[in-house]
Amino acid sequence: MNIHEYQAKQLFQQYGISVPEGKHAATPETALQVAQALGGEGWVVKAQVHAGGRGKVGGVKLAKTLAEVSEFSRALLGQRLITIQTDSLGLPINALLIEKIYPIKRELYLSLVVDRGSERIIFIASAAGGMDIETVAHETPEQIISVAVHPAAGLQGYQCRKVAYALGLKGAQIKALTKIMQGLYDLFLAKDASQIEINPLIETHSGELMALDAKINFDDNAVALHADILAMKDPSQEDDKENLAQQFGLNYITLEGNIGCMVNGAGLAMATMDLVKLKGGLPANFLDVGGGTNIEKVCEAFKLILSDSSVKAVLVNIFGGIVQCDVIAAGILAAIEQIHVAVPVVVRLEGTNAEQGRALLSNTGLNIYAAEDLAHAAEQVVALAEAV
Amino acid sequence: MSILINKDTKVICQGFTGKQGSFHSQQALDYGTQLVGGVTPERGGEEHLGLPVFNTVQDAVNNTGATATVIYVPPFYAADAILEAVDAGIELIVCITEGIPILQMLRVKAAMAGTGSLLVGPNCPGVITPGACKIGIMPGKIHLPGMIGIVSRSGTLTYESVHQTTAQGLGQSTCVGIGGDPIHGMNFVDVLARFQADEQTQGIVMVGEIGGTEEEAAADYIKAHVTKPVVAYIAGQTAPAGKRMGHAGAIVTGGKGTATGKIAALKAAGIEVVNSPTDIGVAMKGCL
Repeated sequence: MNIHEYQAKQLFQQYGISVPEGKHAATPETALQVAQALGGEGWVVKAQVHAGGRGKVGGVKLAKTLAEVSEFSRALLGQRLITIQTDSLGLPINALLIEKIYPIKRELYLSLVVDRGSERIIFIASAAGGMDIETVAHETPEQIISVAVHPAAGLQGYQCRKVAYALGLKGAQIKALTKIMQGLYDLFLAKDASQIEINPLIETHSGELMALDAKINFDDNAVALHADILAMKDPSQEDDKENLAQQFGLNYITLEGNIGCMVNGAGLAMATMDLVKLKGGLPANFLDVGGGTNIEKVCEAFKLILSDSSVKAVLVNIFGGIVQCDVIAAGILAAIEQIHVAVPVVVRLEGTNAEQGRALLSNTGLNIYAAEDLAHAAEQVVALAEAV
Repeated sequence: MSILINKDTKVICQGFTGKQGSFHSQQALDYGTQLVGGVTPERGGEEHLGLPVFNTVQDAVNNTGATATVIYVPPFYAADAILEAVDAGIELIVCITEGIPILQMLRVKAAMAGTGSLLVGPNCPGVITPGACKIGIMPGKIHLPGMIGIVSRSGTLTYESVHQTTAQGLGQSTCVGIGGDPIHGMNFVDVLARFQADEQTQGIVMVGEIGGTEEEAAADYIKAHVTKPVVAYIAGQTAPAGKRMGHAGAIVTGGKGTATGKIAALKAAGIEVVNSPTDIGVAMKGCL
């Protein structure tokens, strides 16, 4: 789960990590009030969307006057921001973060992730902050330093000093960085984060360290344990269909093709998408109906696929283990009863109760094709989608 | 022989009296698995599915001599269940549970270091030696005792591989679902080493997916240590970057963990990689 920058900065403050003085605003009027209350001679107006790359597309503005704060706020709020991390529709800007401007001496990078190889939480830091860290890692790996924290020992002082010296910090800054790293580590553990990133972590002219940006992702498997984090969820930043799918316990991801896919199991769902592409088609979605499915879930899944107007044909691929194929078939029929299905549906059922499932779907007078095997099913659905 | 489990393996079930535990325990019994009891705290002394229920894993081990356990407890209790099994000296711990918080698994793995227990999963279908012992949620009847070892991060793609190797008449020695979570127990290399050493196994099917670098590690290992033919398939070639594809571990981040990279690594190691998931069985037969 993702949250906004302003929410991440609120959490940072709770854990003693200094951030610029500022506040979020949902209207141009509030934005102006925030800037007035902050005072000073300049403000940064930052669009709050769940995506990086905002600065390059005008989502971060420097205002020299209060009039500019109003102007930028009016221009940004209600618009959609398209960055390299969003799809072609972008994300709606429903809130802004207004902050004081600080004189920057240096931009650093600091993040925390779960490293699956070493099975540790690791800190990644670089003196080359403000840039895309993946580019830095690729082009100048010597500029990246990382330390791994043992879960039993926890974060040690030497690890913070190691990072501090590598970043060229001195004196009181070493203590300041240690405090930031300890705060981040505590926050990571307490809230079940999966990633925290500060890019850039700035050194001001007075030598102070401050998180100019803040990004936190949380472990989806653990958010149910944290009511405060769950309350920060912003559905407007997520795909409508993906939100709806979540309510029904379905794993759904919107893609840009025209062949709807309904599959059981995440691996088989990915493989089905790949197969559709291999046969010359493009999948419209990833959809895993899961193991413990029922008629209602299948029905909702089917409706979800068809709510995408670009879908020209549907491929249902089920390998019934726990999932019973006849339940899938009944769910498809229930969906067809509830909504008008104009597109052809190719069904491949294998495994538990496959025969019964196929029987249910045959002779319905509907546009349903029972495929003999998966390869044929994929060929057939691609041909049908092209014929429309 | 098979790997990890055989007809003599004594198995207990944690979360035995729950809905999932009950259903799959009955399936395991029907398959002929030597399920010898189960654990549900505060239900010790009862009987369930004709088998004894114990309060603790230690009680179950002391009374049944079980060396393997299968875990069906809910996600927020699963870490505790795994560590209880480790503490009782269980050799093989198969955790089916999906949705365990990653930080809990991080601590579990650190706590398991230096113990004699092996963990399979979590978020996996389990382990089966066809005709002998079924530990997990896979449909028993698609399997055929035979010569192919199957190792996979995905449950349904394991079934797909089983179905195809059965259709080709090859059958399976043992199938291991290592699970779809980013932090998990046995990895590809752990299983490949056992298949290489196993006399019954004549060929290996390895099914990977996007995310992480375990397939790349497997490619290196196979090149150096595996003499048996290996057919690999990698799911997620069309998956968009940054999106989690159902499995917690199936995500491409920062250009790492792509299907293309994994396929290239496997091919560079001389492994036959099939483009289509429907070609696994035929390709395996062709290699033998």
